[in-house]
Amino acid sequence: MTEALLELEDVEARYGQVKALHGVTLEVAEGEIVAVLGANGAGKTTTLRAISGLVSREGGIRFAGKSIARRSPEATTRLGIAHVPEGRGTLSGLSVRENLRLGAYVRRDRAGVREDEGRVLGYFPWLEDRADQRAGTLSGGEQQMLALARALMLRPRLLLLDEPSLGLAPKVVAEIFRIVAELNEREGLTVLVVEQNANLALEASSRAYVLEVGRVALSGSSPELRRDESVRRSYLGY
Amino acid sequence: MRRVLGIAVPLLAAAAAVGVFLLVPHLVSDFHSRDLAEAGVFFIAIVGLNLLTGYTGQISLGHGALMAIGGYTTAALVVHEHWRDVWTIPLAGIAAGIVGFLIGIPALRLSGLYLALATFAFAVAMPSLLKKFSGLTGGSQGLSFLESSPFQVTGLKGTVTVFGHTTTANHFLYYLTWGIGLVGLAIAWLIVRGRFGRAFRAIRDSEAAAASAGVNLPLYKTLAFALSGVYAGVAGSLFAIQSEIVNPLSFTVLLSILIVVGAVVGGLGSLPGLVLGALFIKYLPSLAGHVSTRPGAPDFIYGAAIILVVILLPGGAGGLLGRLFAPLTTWLYTRR
Amino acid sequence: MLLAFDWSQLAQQTVIGLSSGALWALLALAIVLIYRSTGVVNFAQGEMAMLSTFVAWSLVHHGFSFWEAFFATVALSFCGGVGIERAVIRPVERAPVLTIVIVTLGLVFVVDGIARWGWTAETKSLPNAFSTRPIQIAGVAFSIQDLGNIAVSIGLVLLIGVLFRYTKLGLALRAAAINPQESRLLGVRVSWMIAIGWGLAAALGAVAGMLTAPALASFDQNLMQPVLLYALAGAVLGGLESPVGAVVGSLLLGVFVNLVGTYVDWVGNDLRLPVALAVILGVLLIKPAGLFGRTAVRRV
Repeated sequence: MTEALLELEDVEARYGQVKALHGVTLEVAEGEIVAVLGANGAGKTTTLRAISGLVSREGGIRFAGKSIARRSPEATTRLGIAHVPEGRGTLSGLSVRENLRLGAYVRRDRAGVREDEGRVLGYFPWLEDRADQRAGTLSGGEQQMLALARALMLRPRLLLLDEPSLGLAPKVVAEIFRIVAELNEREGLTVLVVEQNANLALEASSRAYVLEVGRVALSGSSPELRRDESVRRSYLGY
Repeated sequence: MRRVLGIAVPLLAAAAAVGVFLLVPHLVSDFHSRDLAEAGVFFIAIVGLNLLTGYTGQISLGHGALMAIGGYTTAALVVHEHWRDVWTIPLAGIAAGIVGFLIGIPALRLSGLYLALATFAFAVAMPSLLKKFSGLTGGSQGLSFLESSPFQVTGLKGTVTVFGHTTTANHFLYYLTWGIGLVGLAIAWLIVRGRFGRAFRAIRDSEAAAASAGVNLPLYKTLAFALSGVYAGVAGSLFAIQSEIVNPLSFTVLLSILIVVGAVVGGLGSLPGLVLGALFIKYLPSLAGHVSTRPGAPDFIYGAAIILVVILLPGGAGGLLGRLFAPLTTWLYTRR
Repeated sequence: MLLAFDWSQLAQQTVIGLSSGALWALLALAIVLIYRSTGVVNFAQGEMAMLSTFVAWSLVHHGFSFWEAFFATVALSFCGGVGIERAVIRPVERAPVLTIVIVTLGLVFVVDGIARWGWTAETKSLPNAFSTRPIQIAGVAFSIQDLGNIAVSIGLVLLIGVLFRYTKLGLALRAAAINPQESRLLGVRVSWMIAIGWGLAAALGAVAGMLTAPALASFDQNLMQPVLLYALAGAVLGGLESPVGAVVGSLLLGVFVNLVGTYVDWVGNDLRLPVALAVILGVLLIKPAGLFGRTAVRRV
């Protein structure tokens, strides 16, 4: 059995005195799209932050077999984990081009970066026209796509996507998920996506975990979970 | 039982404070009484600043200038109008309070660092302003009580008789300053516990939330400035009375900085530690001088001490005291 | 009337004003750099520059030429700035503004203390950076030193501008200042970027000090105190958020203060500083964001 690309084992995380994760265990294999579902406050965003190192955490976190439980966010990025945070994380004072450049900040292979710039613009051609525009003036959907493009500039092994649909119109969200699916198919990009919109997330992913109050309550293949009674009632609305 | 204790403990603390206040001059030398009186001046200014910065969150680096207003009001009244020095104290407080209020109005438009800069500029400008209006202020020479109005100075003859008790001038200054200081502290405590205090704290924590809860922001913010000005004015007045002379260099921006440091070290947003803040800024320079008299060493030690205290004790002495007494206060005041 | 007006005097005083303003601009730029990355005004910037100037003096005293000492001091000051940030600012990076302000105020004493301990209080002088000969341009006499100050200052500002706009490091520095958390997710070592910002600011201050000192016959530990105030005024005038503003504001202030000092007798030489302070107060009362700053929309 191949080793998973990302493994979380009994991970706990806290904000100051408040514990947000009470022991989360999950794994993501290379080439998969895995979704993390749950209500507000269930700990979905915290899980991604625990992986990146933005929040104090305990427990086993392994990436490509090596522990990253002690690594800072700057260091996890250097391992090839791209984290698109909740709210996009656009550097609004900088231009679109500068945002993209920062995506490749940790990379040293100039030729590779140029190649990727071409590829990324292939997925988001409109970015070229807006290259010198201030990123803060883009619409929400455009900023989300910029964030995705920026993440791709890292040539990441793992993409952490936090609530991509937040605050966006359905058409835009559909487009984003379509591009994510394409990236996964064409380039084998591994994705861990946190989503409140369970419908979307289950459609886009092959496996999913449902978090409740900082713990994994359910897990399984996405089609299975879609058919599951409790999931349907609590998260899918029917 | 706990309810009785809950009321008794603060009263006991207050009684202890008064007791210490009365006893100290008998335990220390005359010279030290004078030093403590000077610390008392800082204390009063710090209590006032704390009301402004600790409770409404407005940073002022200009309270030394407000002290100047108080000091010069006293000096002008004594020297030009031949008032008795101690009777000028209330007027000095009011004068500085009015200026504080006037500063508070434009301060409404500024926040955080910008307010700090504006008050900083005011403090730096004050000595030049004092020199310029020399008719009233005596210019760079300043105003000297002893030269112009020796008989208006209470401590002149070396002993002072009040209500039939005779003490030395230094002890008198100590009692006068710390007496006013304790009264000022009590008033501040009452303000903080009451409606004003709640409004102030609401403003400090979130102006937007306070405003939407109906707190009249401009009123309370300017009131806080005025109030802290009154304290600064009284402090400045007492400073003038102690020194028997004022000149522009008595009130440089350094004084403003010292008051802020004292308030932060004492603990912003709480009252118990402020005495320690006053003692800190009064005694640290001489302590630093004791460690080493090489030029520059006292400054270095002084600055390093300030930095260390602020880094290690973010809540100041008050915060530390709060943490130490937390178990007791929790036990006294929590319902179970 | 127009013919009787002394245009050459106006031109000379304007250049003199620009020259002072140019040096204030370097310190103002330092202040803005730190303000943008740390959110705080470093009240110790002037004293740090003063200490650098004394270091330069010692190097000259030991036989180095002015320019050799100059570059060495700039490098040393950069390291010093980084060191100060790591040692004293990093522990309070996340503390409220007032706490960090007090730390910088404490630094004023510490740095002042070091300067008074390491060097005597006797006045000293630095050799001139540029020749003191006057130069004739269009029949009007100007000082080479003034023109030199302006040239160095503008050159340095442009260099810093290029660093920030066109290099990877500059991009990282800007990102770290704008949005620290997101920048960390992109791999930017934000903490070190802040330290580098302090280093650059210290280097700028050093240049300001080393060019200010020769213009005076002699200097002592009080050298940079007025300069700090003028620099603060220039930075506030231009807008604390804006590096361009800091420079332009300081240049304008330099010309303004000098012309007012020359032509308005009541101000003369004593009230120049209060004029600068009045500018600070005036700007803060009318448009706190300054000439180039954006009026911040308060998010409720």
